[in-house]
Amino acid sequence: MNNNRSIIRDLFIELTERCNNDCAHCYINLPENDAASQDKELSTDEWKHIITEAADLGVLNICFTGGEPFLREDFKELYYFTRKLGIKTIIYTNACLITPEFAEFLAVYPPLEKIEVTVYGMHRKSYEAVSRVPGSFDMYLRGINLLREKKVPFVVKSALLPYNKSEIDEFETLADTIPWMNSLPVYAMFFDLRARRDDTEKNEFIKKLRVSPEDGIKFLARNKEKYLKAQKEYFSKVMCSRNKKIFFCGAGHGGGCVDAYGMLQLCLMLRHPDTVYDLRKGTLKDGVVNFFPIIRERESENTEYLKRCAGCFLRGFCVQCPAKSWMEHGDLDTPVEYLCEIAHAQARYLNLVKEGEKAWEVADWQDRINRFTNE
Amino acid sequence: MNGVKVDLNSICGLSENIVAREIEDEFIIIPLVSGIGNAEDDIFSLNETGKVLCKRLDGKKTLFDIVDEFCEEYEGERKEIESDVLDLVSEMVKRGMLIVFG
Repeated sequence: MNNNRSIIRDLFIELTERCNNDCAHCYINLPENDAASQDKELSTDEWKHIITEAADLGVLNICFTGGEPFLREDFKELYYFTRKLGIKTIIYTNACLITPEFAEFLAVYPPLEKIEVTVYGMHRKSYEAVSRVPGSFDMYLRGINLLREKKVPFVVKSALLPYNKSEIDEFETLADTIPWMNSLPVYAMFFDLRARRDDTEKNEFIKKLRVSPEDGIKFLARNKEKYLKAQKEYFSKVMCSRNKKIFFCGAGHGGGCVDAYGMLQLCLMLRHPDTVYDLRKGTLKDGVVNFFPIIRERESENTEYLKRCAGCFLRGFCVQCPAKSWMEHGDLDTPVEYLCEIAHAQARYLNLVKEGEKAWEVADWQDRINRFTNE
Repeated sequence: MNGVKVDLNSICGLSENIVAREIEDEFIIIPLVSGIGNAEDDIFSLNETGKVLCKRLDGKKTLFDIVDEFCEEYEGERKEIESDVLDLVSEMVKRGMLIVFG
């Protein structure tokens, strides 16, 4: 028991950047046996220290992610340690490394939140075209079957790629059979570039795998009625904030992320060196209470950002943010063209902007939003 | 565990299968093992009186002793306090959150 007031509620813990798969579209993965990365990773005791401080600060939910978090030999120990502190856990995994013993362990000590399993394909050929590891399809199948057999709650999600895009119906049929799925599965498709900015060759390949804005909208709006309802709800609630600030999302509010090497980040993606805090030298409390607010106050001096994003009524609807600029351009505020195109394609679909119009030049945007939400 | 009868002579303590936490003045009980509570993600939240009661369930005092203390500290009819204590303790025993020692 403790008597502390809650400073943060949620924490993402990226236990490792290493992964047993080698997915081409992944923003973070390093080879499973990457010794340099493994040497730098936090030790078991260092993680326990951070998790203990998190519990003292009122954290109620910890998400273990990676890389593949089950690659850490001490995963079970860290997981049990976390649960013993009264923290609920979410696990992001490819399920390949789940053994019968581990599934049994999870059945006895449940995470209390559904495990999220990414499915890369419905058949060996498509799955392994994405994972690029022979045998991984069978391992994943064994993993989810074990979770199902032991009644460990999990959901599935996917990444929409050229190799598996013809299997959506099959995937959603599988999702339908999973008793813990409460809604349609989510898909990644507008892929991020490498979060460490470590591989230009990989980045070029990721760009080729990205769905075009037009195809993305077709997919998002395949249930047109539902899609329109969700967008109307969004636009009826969101107030457009037009200012120089580069952080207008919830990053760092009530939560944070710790990377495999102990760097505290405002969100899982933002690894710009100016925006991270070294937990090997400081405390989680100092990072969240003193460091995060300073970063969040940053304003842009980038003329392109000020001309476009700062005055754009699609700000917030567009997923442009400091993390995306970091991954794409290595700074915090250069607009990401791909994201701008996606936002405009969606806005055209919703009749909020016309062909050739730029949203930041639209003067009567408020009237257009009112018309759209009242349609 | 669920069939154990609770009365004022019972001595109870928090089960090792749960973790009790106090976050922002809220006293919550989080299951550690499966089968605690009604659902997989069942978190049991207690009000101020429930919190005080839980903190006194030390595996030594009887519920009668605890009711005595409450009668001295709080206004209210003894019968009513007894009934409230027994209701909450019975519910928590049913959920596997408390152990009855005797």
